[in-house]
This record gives sequence, C-alpha cells and structure tokens, in this order.
Amino acid sequence: MSVSQAIAIDKPPSQARGWPRARILGYALVSIWILFGLGIVAYLVYAWNAEFFARYAPAYLQGLGTTLSLVAISMVLGAALSLPVAYGRMSKDPFLSGLAYCYVYFFRGTPLLVQTYLVYYGIGSFRPELETVGLWWFFREAFYCGVFAFSLNTAAYQAEILRGAIESVPRGQWEGAASLGLHKLQTLRKVILPQAIIVALRPYGNELILMIKASAIVAIITVYDLMGNAKLAYAKSFDIQAYIWVAIVYLVMVEILRHGVEWIERRITVHLHR
Amino acid sequence: MPAQSIWTLLSWGPDGWSDDIASGVLVTIALALATLPIGLVIGFFVAFAKQHEEPSLRLAGNIYTTVFRGLPELVTLFLFFFGMPLLLQHVVRLFNPDATIDVNSFVAGMIVLSLIFSSYASEVFLSAFRAIPKGQYEGGYAIGLSKWQTMRLVILPQLIRIAFPGLENCWLSLLKDTSLVSVVNLAETLRQSGVAARVTKHSFLFYSVAALIFLALAVLSSIATSYILRYLGRREAR
Repeated sequence: MSVSQAIAIDKPPSQARGWPRARILGYALVSIWILFGLGIVAYLVYAWNAEFFARYAPAYLQGLGTTLSLVAISMVLGAALSLPVAYGRMSKDPFLSGLAYCYVYFFRGTPLLVQTYLVYYGIGSFRPELETVGLWWFFREAFYCGVFAFSLNTAAYQAEILRGAIESVPRGQWEGAASLGLHKLQTLRKVILPQAIIVALRPYGNELILMIKASAIVAIITVYDLMGNAKLAYAKSFDIQAYIWVAIVYLVMVEILRHGVEWIERRITVHLHR
Repeated sequence: MPAQSIWTLLSWGPDGWSDDIASGVLVTIALALATLPIGLVIGFFVAFAKQHEEPSLRLAGNIYTTVFRGLPELVTLFLFFFGMPLLLQHVVRLFNPDATIDVNSFVAGMIVLSLIFSSYASEVFLSAFRAIPKGQYEGGYAIGLSKWQTMRLVILPQLIRIAFPGLENCWLSLLKDTSLVSVVNLAETLRQSGVAARVTKHSFLFYSVAALIFLALAVLSSIATSYILRYLGRREAR
C-alpha cells in the first residue's frame, strides 16, 4: 500500500445505525414503560367513576392543603431550630458539639415513623402530667404532633446541610473579611452565606422533596393529609384508583419541585458559567 | 392491672416483651438483608442503562428512577400491597376462576424496598461510573478483554470502591425504611414494640426501645462498613 493512497482516504464513514443488542433492549424497555403508562391511563378511564370523583376530589384537595401546610410549617420551624444545632456542631466546646452531635445522630439514625409514634403515642401517654403543665391541647392533636416530630427531624438534617455549606467556604474568606474589619455576623451575612447558599441549595431542595414524601407518614397517626384521605377513600370504596390518583399527585409535586430547584440553581450560578 | 416495673416489662419470657421485640428485630434484619442484594443488582443495571450511549436505554433508566424516587415510600408500599393482588388475581382467574391471592407482607415489603433502594443506589452507581475515566475501558479492550470481561475485571472493582460510601447511606435509609412495612402488619421491630405499647400502656417506653434498636442497628452497620472499607482499602494498596 503506497503512502499517497493512505493519505487520500477520507474520514471513516459514520457507523450504520442498525439494531445492536442495546438498542433492541432499550426500545423494549421503553415500550414496557409506555405500555405500563397506557395501562394505568386505560385503567383510570375504564374505572372512571364520576361518583367517586365527586365524593373524594374535594377531600383530596383539602388533604393536599394539609400536606403542604404541614411541610411548610415543619420546614420553617426546622430551619429555625437548625441554627443552634449547626452552631453547636461547629462549636469548639466539646460539651456543646457533643450534644449537637447526639441530637443529629438520634434524629438521622432512627426512622421518622418511630419518632412520630414516640411523639404522638409516647408523649401523648403522659396525659395527666401534660394536663397539669397545660400542654395537653398540643399533644392531643395528631397534626401538631406531626409538625413537632417533623420539625425536630428536619432540623437535624438541615443543621448538617448548613454546616456542610458553611464549612465548604474556605477559611481564607473569614480571614479576608476579618482583615477588612468586618465582625463575625457581618462576615457571615455578607461574605460566607452568599457563597454557602450555592452549595446548600440542592441539598435543601432534596430535603424539601424528602419532607413532602415523608409527610405521607402522618396518615398513619390519623392526620387527614393527602395520603390520609387516600386511605380513607380506599377503606370506604376498596377502589385501588384511590392510591393511583394520590401517587400521581405526589409524583407531579416532586417533579415540579425538582425542576424548580434545578432552575433556581442555574439562575444563581450564572456567574460561574461562561 | 397490677403495676409492673419497667424491668419486668423488658424481661425475657412470658411477662416481658424482650423476646417478642427480639423476634421483630430478626425480621427487620432479614428484610433489610434480603432486599440488599436484589436492590444492588437492579441498581447496578439501572445505572448501567443510564450511562449507556444508547438513548432509549438511558430514557428507560431515567423513568425508573424518576418514578420510584418521586413516589413516597408509603404510597408505593400501599399500591403494591393492595394493587398487586388485584392484578395477579385477574391473571390467575384466567386459568383458575376460584383462586384468591394474598400477598405476603414480607414479600411485598421486599419488592417495594428493592424498588426504592435500587433507584437511590442507581444514582450512586451512576456517579461512580462517571468517575471512572474512559481510558480504563480502552485499556481493557486494548489488552484483548471482551466487553463483559472489562466490566467484570477492570470496571467493577473500582466502581464498588468509589460507590461504597454512597451505598452505605442507601443501606442506612433502607434499614430505616423497613419500619414502614409495619403498617401492612409485618411483625418487625416497630410493629412488635407497638403491640407491647398498646397492651401494657407504656407507649413511651416501648417506642423508645424501638428507636434505640434502630439506633443500635445503625451503629452496628457503621462499624461493619468501616471494616469493609478498610478491607477494600487494603486491596487497593496491594
């Protein structure tokens, strides 16, 4: 083979698309998903029951409100509570940091369902004592117990997110701000937090999504949230579409949030992309 | 009811509840351990599909994680626990019109937890796949290994080492998620503690015991994983 011949060769032709094994498998799997989705739609159409819808749709809407307010209140209270916990975790005092560590370890190491039971049934079993202290009205309501347990739980997770985000900002930023004469709180607000938020946004979004998913648990302690209403509807009608509808609502909520977080992240990191 | 001391309630035997709760702990551990291999295998293949060059495979894998990560665990559990018997019944009645089907709550829990665990594990595996440079595959092919051999001998050992810390987190949340199966009457730790709480009226005591058991399981797992991690590290150093 001569040299000139080798040089004259063009780039190799692009590979034929064809049907390699991976593509056959991929198309098969996607078709299974499509069939599955169509099956559910077909089932919902086939089992369409105007009476069921008229009776339970308002309850679902009300349940959605309960779920959202439960999550919103817990997230805000948890955020407030996470500040001292995160402070304790970052503190140099061994007692303070040990205490905060135990708090975080307990609430992250045990199931949320157990914590919810511990508050609703466990603390609720001390009724005479609670009545004398005047706190019985709070622990009598399943909704308040749910908020209490969820706030404590999410505070532990949010404290870790906050700590991770603040510690991700290099030490030099603190030192630089100190050398400019900013005091600690100013440094935190003007230098550290703007950088930490970028790191913390995604974990916070995930925590919000996890809370929405976990909030279904309160249905077990007789709160009529979205899941609670689905349970009620199923218990009355024995119709599985009670759960299918609720699954769709949760899925849509989570997807909206996930894409929303991604959108915000793109917006606040504009200066990092070129 | 005669007043019983806490120690009688927590004793082993007919008066106490320790033996009942211990049997529940065994069910919890069995459920988590039975789910782990299934979830790992499914998670690996889903991750493999999600990083494949074939777009249809990626789409199928992404739908899987979107669905099972987006649904609340409890909703998935109820959908399967109540929905699967209906579906199976329709199928089985084609052959045997009188058949009725009951789903074992252990099996239903295992399936649902595998689906959830695998969708989280697949994300961990996916980022591990992305951490392995392309040259590792090319090197494998260059010395004449087949695709499957490259995967098994070159990629997988590195993949496991990179994915391990993430998988540990998945395992810890799996352990916690087993408590959800108690609501479909599986006699695991939380269920047994709940029974004890209801019978003895000492709710706080028994739910605290359940919480401490889950905490102890988490501590034991982190001890075990640190040993495994050290073992993996030693393999790497050699």
